[in-house]
Amino acid sequence: MVEKTTTTINVAKIREDFPILKRQVNDKPLIYFDNAATTQKPNIVIDTIARYYREHNANIHRGIHKLAEEATVAHEEAREKLAKFINAKRSEEIIFTRNGTEAINLVAYAWGRANISKGDKIVLTIMEHHSNIVPWQLLVEEKGAEVQFIKINEDGTLRQNEIQEQIDGRTKIVCVTHASNVLGTINPVKEIGRIAHRNGAIFLVDAAQSVPHMAVDVRDIDCDFAAFSGHKMLGPTGIGVLYGKSENLRAMPPFLGGGEMIKEVHTTGSSWKELPYKFEAGTPNIAGAIGLGAAVDYLRGIGMRNVHDYEKEITGYALDKMGRVGGLVLYGPRDVEHRVGVISFNLGDIHAHDLASILDEEGIAIRSGHHCAQPLMEFLNIPAASRASFYIYNTKEEVDVFITALEKARKLFAR
Amino acid sequence: MTSDIYKDIILDYYRNPRNFGDLENPDVRAKDSNPLCGDIIEMQLKVNDGKVDDIRFKGKGCAISQASASMLTEMVKGKTLDQVKAMGKPDILQLLGIDPGPTRIKCALLGLKVLKLAAYGYLGQKITEEVRQLV
Repeated sequence: MVEKTTTTINVAKIREDFPILKRQVNDKPLIYFDNAATTQKPNIVIDTIARYYREHNANIHRGIHKLAEEATVAHEEAREKLAKFINAKRSEEIIFTRNGTEAINLVAYAWGRANISKGDKIVLTIMEHHSNIVPWQLLVEEKGAEVQFIKINEDGTLRQNEIQEQIDGRTKIVCVTHASNVLGTINPVKEIGRIAHRNGAIFLVDAAQSVPHMAVDVRDIDCDFAAFSGHKMLGPTGIGVLYGKSENLRAMPPFLGGGEMIKEVHTTGSSWKELPYKFEAGTPNIAGAIGLGAAVDYLRGIGMRNVHDYEKEITGYALDKMGRVGGLVLYGPRDVEHRVGVISFNLGDIHAHDLASILDEEGIAIRSGHHCAQPLMEFLNIPAASRASFYIYNTKEEVDVFITALEKARKLFAR
Repeated sequence: MTSDIYKDIILDYYRNPRNFGDLENPDVRAKDSNPLCGDIIEMQLKVNDGKVDDIRFKGKGCAISQASASMLTEMVKGKTLDQVKAMGKPDILQLLGIDPGPTRIKCALLGLKVLKLAAYGYLGQKITEEVRQLV
């Protein structure tokens, strides 16, 4: 039984679309609360990938034969779907990568190596995922530049004064996560982008935790780059997206060199294809892109406003219940208007990994550890945290089972 | 089953770790961490006549890592360093009395890895690949 909700989303019907949700784990129905790490896949995505391999498989772009043509059309249709989904101006502004990490590395490598020099500053925030820290550290080490971190308030929001102070004339790029994968905080990216641009800096948004969960409009945010992963939005692994304004992408040198990305190759030198192909060297993840296109269709069918509203509802419900568990410490904003459905917490002195093991026994999948955000964990002064993260197929009833399991763990360790 | 991992004896060793703390003038000490969990273990040994004369451990981390390290310190007192070098995963499984599963076994093996690092360190021998791969 699924509890009736006030939103228009039909969770019972949605659950029918996800075959894995019928699984038992340790003889209990699977409760999958690890959606910030990766989401489950609906039949439409699984079937689309299988159909591609069964009926259309061919290498794209250069082939003249029928299959190559079909595969190319499907691959490019997926690009158009992604462009519409985030409201990019043109589909050439969608570069397919392996994942969000590769998308950020592409910018750090291709844009960064051409535009960052000694004494320049790159501004990040303390809540960034390692994927939006390490590529910039590699870059500044090579160039003799500097990375600065905007820190957070008690409530898990960015410090307004540090945004204003750190982004200055020396800042060449500002890279900020749209929604934190630990705190759930939704950052005011539009405002930060304005400050970055006023100081002549480029603005990159890590949208890995926002694009899957809310309507994201890259033109409204006015970011120069945005990066996200397919597998966190019902798509397959191995496919991610870099959005970039065409003028920025055109001005950048290539990232990886090889086939698919060249116009002409001679022993004396080579020239590059137009966007987006300049940044897509080698045979791409064709099935992955097409599968991600199917995921976008599925999400659009539900409506991103409905997705966001439902997640706010279940997150609010969970925050309220978790707040009443003795000894449970919550991290991040309390107001569901300012956060996504990612809830990090610690329960008494139980180590996050012990808690994850106990919940696993109840069939509940949560994540535990540093969540690829060690600078944030250091700032919070905690070695690890547990994290429950929700998506459209989770129910309040599952949250109730989760709360009961937390109480059980608390009693077990209270002995 | 997981509930077995958290049987009384492991929680007891976690809550009241035996041989926890520092030795005065240890002959050798070693330290390592588990990148997955962030568990940290340090071992300090007094060695006499090629045998573990006294031992202490310090650390932070999950119940499995801390309890198994503590149980290990009790078990190896009086054993020769060669015996320590010969120990492996089966010894830890026997010590715990359960198999914590493919992921959590790393937590359980951290103490053994650090103990072996100490033994090799004391003997001035090169760390083997087997030890490096334990966690």
